[in-house]
Amino acid sequence: MDLRPEVLKPPRVEVGLLGWLKKNLFSTWYNALLTIFSLAFIYIVLRVIITWVVHDARWEVVVINLKVFMIGRYPREEAWRVLAGLGIVVFLAALTWIFRGAKGSPVKRWLMIGWLLSFPLIGILLRGFSRENRFLPLVSENVWSGLLLTLVLAIVGIIASFPLGVLLALGRRSKLPAIKVICTAYIETIRGVPLISVLFMSQLMLPLFLPPGLRLGTVMRALTGMTLFSAAYAAENVRGGLAAVPIGQYEAARAVGLNKVLVMALIVLPQALRTVIPAIVGQFISLFKDTTLVVIVGLLDLLGIAKAVTGQREFIGLHQEVYCFIAVLFFICCYAMSYASRRLEKVLGVGER
Amino acid sequence: MKVKASTPLVRFFLTLDVDYNMPYDLITKLEGGIMMKGKLCVLFAGLLVLALILTACAPGKKEAAEEEAVEAVGRLQLVKERGMLIMGCNAELPGFGYINPAGDFEGFDIDFGKAIAAAVFGDATKIEYRPLTAAERLPALQTGEVDVLNRNTTWTLTRDSANELDWAAVTFYDGQGMMVRKDSGWKSLEDMAGATVSCTTGTTTEMNLADAFRSRGVEYTPLLFESTQDTNTAYEEGRADGETSDKSQLAALRSAMANPDEHVILDVTMSKEPLGPLTAHGDNQWNDVVRWVVWGIIQAEESGVSSKNVDEMLSSKDPTIQRLLGVSGEMGTSLGLSDDFMVNVLKAVGNYEEIYERWLGPEGINIPRGPNRLWNKGGLLYPMAFR
Repeated sequence: MDLRPEVLKPPRVEVGLLGWLKKNLFSTWYNALLTIFSLAFIYIVLRVIITWVVHDARWEVVVINLKVFMIGRYPREEAWRVLAGLGIVVFLAALTWIFRGAKGSPVKRWLMIGWLLSFPLIGILLRGFSRENRFLPLVSENVWSGLLLTLVLAIVGIIASFPLGVLLALGRRSKLPAIKVICTAYIETIRGVPLISVLFMSQLMLPLFLPPGLRLGTVMRALTGMTLFSAAYAAENVRGGLAAVPIGQYEAARAVGLNKVLVMALIVLPQALRTVIPAIVGQFISLFKDTTLVVIVGLLDLLGIAKAVTGQREFIGLHQEVYCFIAVLFFICCYAMSYASRRLEKVLGVGER
Repeated sequence: MKVKASTPLVRFFLTLDVDYNMPYDLITKLEGGIMMKGKLCVLFAGLLVLALILTACAPGKKEAAEEEAVEAVGRLQLVKERGMLIMGCNAELPGFGYINPAGDFEGFDIDFGKAIAAAVFGDATKIEYRPLTAAERLPALQTGEVDVLNRNTTWTLTRDSANELDWAAVTFYDGQGMMVRKDSGWKSLEDMAGATVSCTTGTTTEMNLADAFRSRGVEYTPLLFESTQDTNTAYEEGRADGETSDKSQLAALRSAMANPDEHVILDVTMSKEPLGPLTAHGDNQWNDVVRWVVWGIIQAEESGVSSKNVDEMLSSKDPTIQRLLGVSGEMGTSLGLSDDFMVNVLKAVGNYEEIYERWLGPEGINIPRGPNRLWNKGGLLYPMAFR
C-alpha cells in the first residue's frame, strides 16, 4: 500500500487576461453565449458607425463651414474681437487655476474683481460702440450667431438667473404675505408655462410692456425670456437647499447674536447653496441645451446655423454630418460643465458637514 | 468687551440686534467679512450703473422716435432715416435663402432684398436680415420688426384678408410638381397610370395629388409618410415611381440625390403657390416701391437690360429702357426714389433672368423655369407698364 501522501497539484489560479476573461465572461455556458452575442452586436453596430464616419460621411461641410459654426454671421474682419474675448476668459481661468491653492491671498480678490469686470468688458468688445467708431465699430447683436450666440445666451442666462432665483427662493420663504404671494405666484406661473411660449411672449409681447423710449434687440429679448424662465427653476432648487438646513443652524446663529440678514448670508445660504450644487448645475446644463429653442424666434444659434448651412447648394441634404458635429460640440460643453460641478462639490465638500 | 463699530455699514448691521457680549474675534471676523462685502457691493453697484448706461446708449431712443414717426411719414422715410433696410427672410431654404461659408445670407429671395436696398440707398449692402420662422414671419411684419418680408410666403386670400399685410408682387410661381425617374419615359401625369407616388401625409400636397389624378381619370397608388425625408427616401430607394411636393423643394431634394441626372421634374403643376415680398398693410407708398423694384427687374429682362450692359443701355433709343433707367421721365421721383434707381438695382443683382440663373438655374438647384418665364415667352411674368 502506498503510504505516501497524495501530492496535490497547485490550485488553478488563473491570472492575466485569459483568467480574467474566463472568470468574467465565459464562466458558464449561458454567459459565454451572451458574451458572443454581445460581441457580435457591438461589432455590427460599430462597423456601421465607423464605416459611415470614416468612409461615407462628407465632413467637408463641417470643415468649410467651421467659422460659420463658431461665429456665424459675425463680420470676418471683426472676428479678432471674439478671439480676444475668449483670450480674456482663458487668461483669467489660467490664473485662477494657478492660484487655486493660495487661500486668502490678495491675488484671489483681484481675480474675483477681474472676473466681474471681464463680463461687461467682453460685452463691450463684442458689441462695439457706434458704426463710425474706428476701433470697435458696432456689431449689432442681430448678427451674433453660431456657437458664439449659444455661449452668450447660456452664460448670461446662467449668471443673471442665479441671483434672481436666490432672491425668489428667499421671497417664497418670507413671512411677509405680500412678498410671499408675489414670489410664489411668479414661480408657479413660469413653471406652468413651456419655455417656447415664454420665448414667443418675450419676442412679440415684451416690446409692448417696455416704456416707449426703450427698445430691445432680438437677442436681448430672448435673453430676458430665458433668464426669467430659468430663475423660477433656480428658485425652487435653492428653496430645496434652504429647507435642508436644519432649524438648529438658524437657532444657533440667532443665539450667538446675528441678525436675520447675517443669519441668511453667513450661515444658512452657504450651506443651502452647497447642498444644491448638483441640482443647480443640472439645471444650468439643461438651460444650455434649451438655448437651441431660440431657433423658433428666428435667432441663429448653433442649431439654427446648422440648419442654415444645410441650405448651401453644395451640401444639400448633409443633415447627418452637421447634426453629428453640433452634437459633439454640445456634449463637450455640457460634459465640461458637469465636470466643473463635480470638482466644485469636492472642493466645497458637499456631503460632509 | 466693547466692540469697535468702526464703519457706518458695520454699525448698521451690528447695532440692530447684536448681543455685545459675543466673542470679540467673531465680531472682528464679521466686520472684516462685511467690509469685504461692502466693497463688493460698491463694485456691483458700479457694474449696475455701467450696465444701465450701456442700455441707455443702445439704439433705443432714436428707434422709438422713428417708430412714432412712421405713422406720419411712412415706412420709406423711416428706412431712409435709419440708413438700413430690415428684411425678414428664410435661413434654411436651398436656393432661396441660406448662409454661405463666408457667413453671409444668399439666395433668390435675398437678392430681391438687396435690390430694394439698392433702389432706396444706391447701395445693396445697406440691408439687415432677420431670419424668421414660418410661425413668426407674419407677426414680425405686422409689429413693424421688419420693413419687408420676403420668405417664400404663398399669396392666399385668407392671409391677405385676415392679416394686416399686403403682397407687393410675385417673384416666383411655385406649384406642386411630380418627380419621376428619367428612364420611365413619362412626360405627363396621364402617362403615369398604375404608378406608385410617395407623398407627405396630412398636407394640402396629399389632397392636390388626389385631385390631380382623379380629374385626369388616372389610377395611382399613394405611398404616404410623415416626413419629407421619409417621402424622399422611399422614392430614391425605388419603392415609389414618383414623388410629389412643391417644385422648388423637389429640385432641392433632387440635387441632393446620388445621381440627380436620372430624375426629371415633369412640366405639370398641381397647385398654385405664388411667392413674393410683403409689406405691412396700409403703407401704399412703401408697397409701391417694393412692387416696382420687382417689376423693374422683370422689365429689365424683357427689355434685354442686364447687369453687364446697363451702362451701354443708358444711351438706348428705346423709350421703355430710357424710362426704366431714368434717362427720361421721372419714374423714380414719383416713387420717392432717385430716377436712376433701376440702374443701381441692375448693377447690384442683375435682371430677373440673371437672378434666376444664379440660384435656381442649372448651376443653382436647377428648377425648370416653367411658369416663371416672361409673358411673351409663355410664362406668367408680366411687369406692369413702365411709364
